Amino acid sequence: MDDDRVFRALADPTRRYLLDRLYERDGRTLTELESALEMTRFGVMKHLKVLEDAGLVVTRRSGREKLHFLNPVPIRLIHDRWIDKYTERHVSALADLKTQLEETG
Amino acid sequence: MTTMTQNITHVHQVFIRATAEEIWEAITKPEFTLKYFYGTRVESELRVGSPFLYRAGDSDELLVEGEVLESDPPKRLSVSWRFLYDPELAAEEPSRVTWEIEPQEGGYCKFTAVHDGLGSKSAEHVAGGWPYIVSGLKTLLETGKPLAG
Repeated sequence: MDDDRVFRALADPTRRYLLDRLYERDGRTLTELESALEMTRFGVMKHLKVLEDAGLVVTRRSGREKLHFLNPVPIRLIHDRWIDKYTERHVSALADLKTQLEETG
Repeated sequence: MTTMTQNITHVHQVFIRATAEEIWEAITKPEFTLKYFYGTRVESELRVGSPFLYRAGDSDELLVEGEVLESDPPKRLSVSWRFLYDPELAAEEPSRVTWEIEPQEGGYCKFTAVHDGLGSKSAEHVAGGWPYIVSGLKTLLETGKPLAG
């Protein structure tokens, strides 16, 4: 159920863009995030709400400001649940190949 | 925090199917941290002002050193934080880690780990670590087993 929300939240370029901005610098206000996009304040708020519902963005109050933080844990959980399972063998095969090539090269 | 230059904050949040007391134990008891916190043992009497340490599970080497700033079991724990295992990180001012546990409907707790007052080197250093730790803590409490690998 939670995974669906995360995948849905990530399936949008504007929301991925917002996450990338927060990755660069965390703890931003709506006004700061809005200035990076050609979109109405209401539009940005809607996207942030989807990211919050998916747990990818967490807001915290600092004085009078509401700051937005990237929460990487849901992506880590998906990684642990899905990516590891399917990539482990391929990645280790590639790592072996790299080692072999470097040794012979 | 004392300096203006070290002001980076990382927030990590997840819902865990466990009681607040179980999560509190997992943060503060060495037999739990061994299983999800890079094989370290936490060591603290959990009184404000008492040391808060992580030692390597195998060698006993002191890896993280801090002091309890706030302790309100099983809701909130805040400690100062200094990395000892890397000279570059140890040279930065101590940062602060705060764990918040908020019970929700349906047997879940909202668990938040906030690491703030971070310098740039420490911030980069912990970026990958906390998601791994928090994910591992959730898995351990919900399944009784640590994350594989």
